[in-house]
Amino acid sequence: MEVKQITVTVNGEPRIVEVEPRILCVHMIREILGLTGTHLGCDTTSCGACTVLLDGVPVKSCTLFGVQTDGHELTTVEGLGWPSELHPVQEGFKEEHGLQCGFCTPGMMLTSAALLEDNPDPSEEDIRWAISGNLCRCTGYQNIIKSVQWAAKKMAAERTAATA
Amino acid sequence: MAVDEISVGGLGARVKRVEDDRFIRGKGNYTDDFKLPGMLHMEILRSPYAHARIVSVDTTKAWAIPGVHLVLTGELMAQRNLAWMPTLSYDTQAVLATDKVRFQGQEVAAVVADDPYIAKDACEAIEVVYDPLPAIVNPSQSLAEGAPLIRDDKDGQTDNICYRWEVGDRAMTDRVFERAERVVKLDCFYPRSHPSPIECCGSIADFNPATGKLTIYMTTQAPHIIRTAVALVAELPEHMIRIIAPDIGGGFGNKVPVYPGYVISTLASILVGRPVKWIEDKTGNLISTGFARDMYFHGELAIDHRGKIQGLRIDVDTDNGAFFSDAQPTKFKVGLLHSAFACYDIPYGHLTSQGHYTNKAPGGVAYRCSFRVTEAMFFQERLIAAAAQDIGMDPAEFRRINFVREFPWRTTYGMLLDSGDYDKCLTLALEKLGYPELRRQQAEARKSGRYIGIGISTMTEPLGAGNSREFDIIGIKMFDSAELRVHPSGKAVLKIGSKTQGQGHETTFAQIVTHELGIPSTDILVHHGDTDNTPFGMGTYASRSTPTAGAATSMASRKVRAKARKLAAHLLEVAEDDLDWELGRFYVRDAPQRGATIQECALAAYTNMPDGLEPGLENHAYYDPPNMTWPFAAYLCAVEIDPETGVWEVLKFVAVDDCGVRINPMIVEGQIMGGLAEAFAMSNMQFITFDSSGNCIGANYMDYLLPTAWETPNWELHEVVTPCPHHPIGAKGIGECACVGGPAAFVNAVVDAISHLGVRNIDMPVFSGRVWEAITQQRDVAGYPPLPGH
Repeated sequence: MEVKQITVTVNGEPRIVEVEPRILCVHMIREILGLTGTHLGCDTTSCGACTVLLDGVPVKSCTLFGVQTDGHELTTVEGLGWPSELHPVQEGFKEEHGLQCGFCTPGMMLTSAALLEDNPDPSEEDIRWAISGNLCRCTGYQNIIKSVQWAAKKMAAERTAATA
Repeated sequence: MAVDEISVGGLGARVKRVEDDRFIRGKGNYTDDFKLPGMLHMEILRSPYAHARIVSVDTTKAWAIPGVHLVLTGELMAQRNLAWMPTLSYDTQAVLATDKVRFQGQEVAAVVADDPYIAKDACEAIEVVYDPLPAIVNPSQSLAEGAPLIRDDKDGQTDNICYRWEVGDRAMTDRVFERAERVVKLDCFYPRSHPSPIECCGSIADFNPATGKLTIYMTTQAPHIIRTAVALVAELPEHMIRIIAPDIGGGFGNKVPVYPGYVISTLASILVGRPVKWIEDKTGNLISTGFARDMYFHGELAIDHRGKIQGLRIDVDTDNGAFFSDAQPTKFKVGLLHSAFACYDIPYGHLTSQGHYTNKAPGGVAYRCSFRVTEAMFFQERLIAAAAQDIGMDPAEFRRINFVREFPWRTTYGMLLDSGDYDKCLTLALEKLGYPELRRQQAEARKSGRYIGIGISTMTEPLGAGNSREFDIIGIKMFDSAELRVHPSGKAVLKIGSKTQGQGHETTFAQIVTHELGIPSTDILVHHGDTDNTPFGMGTYASRSTPTAGAATSMASRKVRAKARKLAAHLLEVAEDDLDWELGRFYVRDAPQRGATIQECALAAYTNMPDGLEPGLENHAYYDPPNMTWPFAAYLCAVEIDPETGVWEVLKFVAVDDCGVRINPMIVEGQIMGGLAEAFAMSNMQFITFDSSGNCIGANYMDYLLPTAWETPNWELHEVVTPCPHHPIGAKGIGECACVGGPAAFVNAVVDAISHLGVRNIDMPVFSGRVWEAITQQRDVAGYPPLPGH
């Protein structure tokens, strides 16, 4: 099978990747880039376990070909936060028990982080709508909402501290 | 000074989960995340037909595809005596079909290739010729005269019945019903559902030809049972099999059975001498692995003029699919369905059930429940609601006057209740819901054509199988285990026989050790899920981990404490009898300031032990519970229905759970909220059905509806604590209560809202269309045609 060379920025780092055109983005991320924090759930864009950020926007990587990311920027859960510090959303999920089996968590957190980027002070309804493309079978969602609210609060406090 | 239990993360502490640290960084280790050197990939070819003879399987073109290493068919499996395997319910199941296919999605062939894409290509290149047969998709058809025999592979099988089972006192129950002042009846259907964890099933079989050791990474909730099963089925020596259940992306009962994919990938690895990975896709998971429910219920209550229930009669038909592969204890053919009505004082009862083979996927797994308890409690609470409606009594009051009030209590079907305070739970729930005010609002609203309903569901359920006298799976008694080793510095490693799939064992089991020994929970590492490194246990399902492995953890810790006492006596130069224990420390009774901490004892165990005392500080326990634990729940739900569309909305949901002593309240609440969401799903949207040809409707997430954050309501939780009298720390199971007791609360609420229109039952899922039909036609809406004879 023919292999295509693409250039994609993965978690801030430019990468040259050789990938068959038929390889799904989620498989490219997991198998070629070796980033197994992105999970494959349903194959049909329904569950969101494979959510990554493409140029900052949440996408389901199970229905995107790897080659479609050529020239774009990908953020996976491994790129959330900083080497020495967690992203507030990651902290929030732990603080508010927003995860159980952990399988949906990377996608859920990336979607939440993108929401807070756009809307730093979301209502409960905003959060529920934003994550409605990500399924969780364990938590019943209530603690996920709280986790995102926790993160929003922390990020607001950090902004206030930065401007003070 | 004793250590403060909450601050060191003991019982009752809301300790943040240790497993989260890897999950929030994307550093979990799920089965699909492992990549072994030289690993190949396997895909399974599944049957498009529900029932068909296999005329021929031609694999020539598949073999010709570059990158293909192995193509397996039923014929090749049969040559190794592996075309069929035993199920957990003493039936047989085809691994790869040889004679005919019996459900859509059945495994027909498998390909092992360099990557999964090539393996999929090769599956498509396999040419199978089928001769289709009529498909049977419900028990009514399976009973019909002239119905095709599904299991013609079984000697002596002449019909499509897979079991008959009964319990209770038929003669006395019949007498009670003959003399009954009032008999209330209800027929309803609990539709087929699939547990559907987001992670599908999979395995990596790694047979090492040099050592003969077989290692299998597997999405299993019960690694030790699997090891024994593999040893028996594949006739391999058990000590040369290692099952590793790494992180699991949700189980909910779906990951208890042995699936053909595990067996095929294992044989493939043995044949090619390389690791073989098999990861199911979502459709494969939904159409072939363990389903749940699919049960038809006929129930009757004999009630006297005071509203006291005098007798209970239940008859159920279960649709077991093509193979009887329910994952349940041997003695009980319809799981613990006979726990139905356990919380009610009913003098006489009788239960009959019969299972039917159909051309549907096998399974009958305990989907977030203790072996068919979900069905039991749903039917119970639907019949209780219908009875209260029929006799014109308030449903809360009807429950109250029939509740069991003394413990221990032998139920009408012979189970032994250990403890509870049902009235207290219901009273608290009614108060938190604002019951009288809501009833007033309901009456007021009806005057203006608005439909508000209140649903009540109360139940106690048996969690934590065994005891070993009554409970075994494939002959292995149901107990569980723990091993605790305290290192010289006072840090500890705990190994348990159960296996988390998100329940947080790595956190809560450490808390149990903390409660017993005072070692901070952060100083305890919990190992589980690897059969080479953990004691034999039956795994995690049926809410059994805390009742069994949790109890074993307590008992192992107490053995360690008993030895630490000897070490403390030596360190303090007093007799053991002169010592008392407070959390984390032994002290001299008459001089409490003189003491030795558990950490000092641990150090002494390796550096300064008394003469004659064996070095080291470790022990283990196998715990065979004397009884199940019996948590109780009262779930109350208020809904409003839009009369124009039938769409219903949850106004408020109150849950009162009594699961005894709570180890980590945060995790308990998480379990309850998760269970409620599944209950909501079941009542509202989540079901799998089949067309008349046996095509599965609900074979992917576009057809199989699961609730998102958008439609899922908020939950209000409250607690009552009645400690379990026979559990070492007074804990009861909790993981499944909400999923078990929850569905009836929603359905009862919807039916209550329109009961004044003469509506008594709407089968799940209570779609808006069904509600609209009930409102406009002023009649019940069945989810399935009734069975003959009912």
